[in-house]
Amino acid sequence: MPNHPCDDPRLVTLRVGLYAAVATRGFRRYSTYRAATLAGIFTNTVFGVIIAYSFIALWDQRPSLGGYGQAQALTFVWVAQALIMPVGLFSGGIVDELSDRVRSGAVAIDLHRPIPLLWWRFAEDAGRAAYHFLTRGLAPVLVGSLLFDLAWPQRVSTYGVFLIAVALAIGVGFGIRFLLGLLAFWVIDVRGFVVMLTITQVFFSGMVLPLVVFPDALRTLAEVLPFRCLVQIPADVLLHEDTGTTVLPLLGIQLLWLVALLVAGHLLTGAAVRKVVVQGG
Amino acid sequence: MTYRASFVAMTVGQALITLIDFAAIAIMFSHIDELGGFTLGEVALLYGMSGFALGAADLLMGNTEQLGRRVRDGSFDAMLVRPVAPLVQIAADQFALRRVGRITQAVAVLGWGLAASNIDWSVPKVLVLLATLVSGSVIFCAVFVLGGAFQVLAGDATEVMNAFTYGGNTLTQFPLSIYPAEVVRSVTFIVPLAFVNWYPALYLLDVEDPFGLPSALQYASPVAAVLAAAAAAVAWRAGVRRYRSTGS
Repeated sequence: MPNHPCDDPRLVTLRVGLYAAVATRGFRRYSTYRAATLAGIFTNTVFGVIIAYSFIALWDQRPSLGGYGQAQALTFVWVAQALIMPVGLFSGGIVDELSDRVRSGAVAIDLHRPIPLLWWRFAEDAGRAAYHFLTRGLAPVLVGSLLFDLAWPQRVSTYGVFLIAVALAIGVGFGIRFLLGLLAFWVIDVRGFVVMLTITQVFFSGMVLPLVVFPDALRTLAEVLPFRCLVQIPADVLLHEDTGTTVLPLLGIQLLWLVALLVAGHLLTGAAVRKVVVQGG
Repeated sequence: MTYRASFVAMTVGQALITLIDFAAIAIMFSHIDELGGFTLGEVALLYGMSGFALGAADLLMGNTEQLGRRVRDGSFDAMLVRPVAPLVQIAADQFALRRVGRITQAVAVLGWGLAASNIDWSVPKVLVLLATLVSGSVIFCAVFVLGGAFQVLAGDATEVMNAFTYGGNTLTQFPLSIYPAEVVRSVTFIVPLAFVNWYPALYLLDVEDPFGLPSALQYASPVAAVLAAAAAAVAWRAGVRRYRSTGS
């Protein structure tokens, strides 16, 4: 479609504005519920404290387990708690919404919107993730750093690279959940698959236990899966405090998975649209 | 049960969740022999008791998690005007058989833990174990109902409840000896989660209390369960009495 109206360069700024507006609404949609945010911060903090004590017991006996010192292991706990919501580690949100809209037929409206379903959802999820990072990400870490001795990087640049890794993690997390939501075009009730994928994702992201502690076979498996992009890689970027040789390949892996997932999301949306039969006629 | 494939996937999923949960503990033990002075088999025992109690409570009272939504969309009002106690309606609403997956896995881990941790069996020990499984379930039920009462008043905050139910489960999966004494005191005297598995397990394993609390606590799980249930009942009634509909 060479003369498609959307290709007009004048519309580019308009579209950037549109995506920004969608992202802002995604942010505001969650910032409206302050009590829910506070409750979530409380829960993340409680879990952080529990896991931190189990890690203390473990690292007391094996002080350099997996190449982490105790302070680094504890930092890992809080970084992992901070990332749960932004990267959507426990699914929910977009997966439920997308699959519900497919089931109810409302997705037909989404497919008529002036911007593609994938990018619309990505913009909205980015806004949501930004809100969750600023609240449910930062607040538990703050409490954690008051309660425990954590290993914070000395170099300011490390924090910058960490933020890039977090942004990529949010993108990868979105890509996985978007594909899962699209599954509803082929399977009417996706809940069972959501539960199974979520468990696999949580385990292989490093959230339960850092992947550096896993036995070799499981670790090899974890390295070929996309899930380590969500927690393990951002945490390593922060803990290693390295400027190039270790960190760049890690960011590269995240970027590769992000591109692969978005391409898959784009292709599958196309396939879904061709096959779509809106329920209810 | 209409979507059979999804039911199977969900039940397997529930069992997998807890399996992976235990896998993490097993991986920790591949690097150490004892955690807080307890072997893997003994931790499996703690884990199984806590998992069973939470699973049974979730099966009965897990729907209290939805109370916040019911208050917000007004369907809680409909429950109040029906001639059946609202708590019974909530328990019976969407009784989810898939939640059995969690219990099954917990029972398997518990069975293995009992076999693997050198217990000098006697009749009182069998009785304490059985009483604990019931008491532990009652205690977690009480926590669910307390959370439900809180949601009736707050209209939201399911997540706070998760900190006590799932958080309590995670906390009690490990021997309490890894936590500071203040944590142990609060889960003994404030939210009696330590009675779900910790005190009875000390008795079953003939281990001395690392915190030096009275050994009478080790038989006190049923008492703790009755007190927790009474507190939950009072809170629930107070919550329902103060309930104000959203009015929309």
